[in-house]
Amino acid sequence: MSLTVETRATIGLPDAEPLRLIEETGTVVAPKLRRGIDLPGADTLLELYRRMVIARRWDTQVTALTRQGRLSTYPSARGQEAGEIGTVLAMEAADWLFPTYRDSIAVMTRGVPTEQILSGFRGDWHCGWDPQEHRTAPQATPLATQALHAVGLATAARLKGDPIAVATFIGDGATSEGDAHEAFNFAGVWRAPIVFVIQNNQFAISVPLSKQTHSRMLADRAVGYGIPGFHVDGNDVAAVYAVVSAALARARTGDGPTIIECLTYRVEPHTNSDDPSRYRDSSDVELWRKRDPIERLARYLESEGMLGDELRRSFVQEAEDAATAMRDTLNAEPALDPLELFDHVYNVERPALREQRDALAGELDENGSARS
Amino acid sequence: MATATAATADTTAPAPTTGTATLTLAKSITAGLRRAMQDDEKVILLGEDIGKLGGVFRVTDGLQAEFGTDRVMDTPLAESGIIGMAVGLAMRGYRPVAEIQFDGFIYPGFDQIVAQVAKLHYRSRGAVRMPITIRVPFGGGIGSVEHHSESPEAYFAHTAGLRVVSCSNPQDAYGMLQQAIASDDPVMFFEPKRRYWSKGEVDFGAADVLPLGRARVVSTGSDVTLVAYGPLVATAKDAVSAAADDGVSIELIDLRSISPIDFEAIEASVRKTGRLVVTHEAAQSVGIGAEVAASITERCFNWLEAAPERVTGFDTPYPPAALEEHFLPDLDRLLDAVDRVLGRPNSLSDWEG
Ligand SMILES: Cc1ncc(C[n+]2csc(CCOP(=O)(O)OP(=O)(O)O)c2C)c(N)n1
Repeated sequence: MSLTVETRATIGLPDAEPLRLIEETGTVVAPKLRRGIDLPGADTLLELYRRMVIARRWDTQVTALTRQGRLSTYPSARGQEAGEIGTVLAMEAADWLFPTYRDSIAVMTRGVPTEQILSGFRGDWHCGWDPQEHRTAPQATPLATQALHAVGLATAARLKGDPIAVATFIGDGATSEGDAHEAFNFAGVWRAPIVFVIQNNQFAISVPLSKQTHSRMLADRAVGYGIPGFHVDGNDVAAVYAVVSAALARARTGDGPTIIECLTYRVEPHTNSDDPSRYRDSSDVELWRKRDPIERLARYLESEGMLGDELRRSFVQEAEDAATAMRDTLNAEPALDPLELFDHVYNVERPALREQRDALAGELDENGSARS
Repeated sequence: MATATAATADTTAPAPTTGTATLTLAKSITAGLRRAMQDDEKVILLGEDIGKLGGVFRVTDGLQAEFGTDRVMDTPLAESGIIGMAVGLAMRGYRPVAEIQFDGFIYPGFDQIVAQVAKLHYRSRGAVRMPITIRVPFGGGIGSVEHHSESPEAYFAHTAGLRVVSCSNPQDAYGMLQQAIASDDPVMFFEPKRRYWSKGEVDFGAADVLPLGRARVVSTGSDVTLVAYGPLVATAKDAVSAAADDGVSIELIDLRSISPIDFEAIEASVRKTGRLVVTHEAAQSVGIGAEVAASITERCFNWLEAAPERVTGFDTPYPPAALEEHFLPDLDRLLDAVDRVLGRPNSLSDWEG
């Protein structure tokens, strides 16, 4: 199997065994089992490692700050770094990303500043960054809605002759929404330059994948849309990076969409307010914690002599600095103007809304400034 | 379903039919569901995370263990699917109770609700009934992220064929839910999520249960009629006491039913007070408050001493949590509206125009 152009006739069911390039133990998978996919180069692997280390530390820090009440909620992506970082590093700057609430570390790796990412979880503004500037759509909360937008934007690129590709994340549970079906189907029919990355972390809050689908695996759905589907070890960043890169390349050259299922696990609660002890066995969680994507790559890099103590320490320091900077940013109270509440509803101002704005302005004056 | 788990016997003590208990609003809904399920085996629940987890607000906690997986069904994540399944189940005599996890996630099910659930009885000349209850935690004030604080009730009240109700206290939550489930017409049941944890006495055998479509006079008064429902009834109660300290007597009406609206109750009150204030968290334009104000003006024009006032959310999307206190109607805004209808000095006194 390779990611070269497939005609409809040659699209078959994906392999049940997820594609893996680096084993748990850190050894490289034998070439004949790599299904024509090459291991990314040394520099790339090192960069994937570095970014995962930074993302893990960032995610840990956000979770801690959420526990301290600095954020109202935070869905952690701990343990899912390979899918997140592998996808983002496979993208070009000109490509577009359509993330969900789960994908903050992907947005961070795209280069969006921390305080802009966390604005939504802190409650300062729904989306804190300019999607056009970062070519990164707002994180979607209503499940699967972003997948449609991603196909629409990919179609715009095709119509404009813009040689870019689009990637979107979608959770395993979210693939049950009608919008997911519609997105896959439009992408197939319109040959949209898009890559769907299904982050199959096996749970949708409390609901296990077995209650979402009776199919063998989510990647199987691709064949029904006439789209190539891949099942990838979602804790092997090398495999994710290689497959997503190839799929994006196909998309950019006009060969249409790809569905990639990354098999991983949600080791953390759904969000800080969730209580997983009500619905799953902690022994499973421990098993998956041991399958850590960062440690796996580290084992490989070390065995190849590419990651020494010094380099490791420098990455850790870099991650630590980023986390400290983030903590400082988040500890500063954001300056918010309550009247901005009215500012972006329409392009054309409405008198009735103006009156409501004036009424609020009147209340604020009476109390000095914003009531707190 | 071959994989269904049977009910586990030790939890099937009969739901109480007499006596009282102090319950949170959430737990009183649980008690109402339990009672309805024991009374009628055709009552089945479906929704996201309602089984093992007991729902994200734990409203269905323990019900799957008690009634089994065929009567408390965790669904795939698909609101259109949940409502569509309920339609098919209802066609064969079941009384499905669907849970929508949060207000902002009802929209994928909107088509099924307004185009199917609401219309099937009419389309089939009454041959097909839709005894479906759709439970929706709604409203803001819990500091949540976007799509978790909305008040979409007016969309549904605008749709012929649906009943729309909202409870404000544990006793009503318990009773109204059972009435909704027993209703042969579909009911949108809006639960004030920021009051889920507020406690109250529930009388399981209450005999003087108001019909589902009737409003309740919460406190009688003579100067101003204040109409509220759901989460704002508690805020309105505070306004009643604060105004009383100021010598103003407010008659507070808990609307309870948003479609139909009990205009007789409001009319009787306004004929007495001559003044009307209506409040809800939902946006003002084309909202429930507009309907109440217009209908009462038609019915009571000659009794009104002042134009009705609305105290509502702004005509904006629900804001980020840090700004929600500015968005939500509060005590001050209610009292100010009361001053306005009384012609007392208020925030708009110096306004030109
Ligand atoms: C339309 C819609 N319905 C319900 C929800 C509530 N909800 C938020 S996350 C979630 C689970 C999603 O699971 P999955 O897609 O597997 O992604 P994960 O959270 O595991 O990353 C649910 C039900 C929502 N956000 N949108």
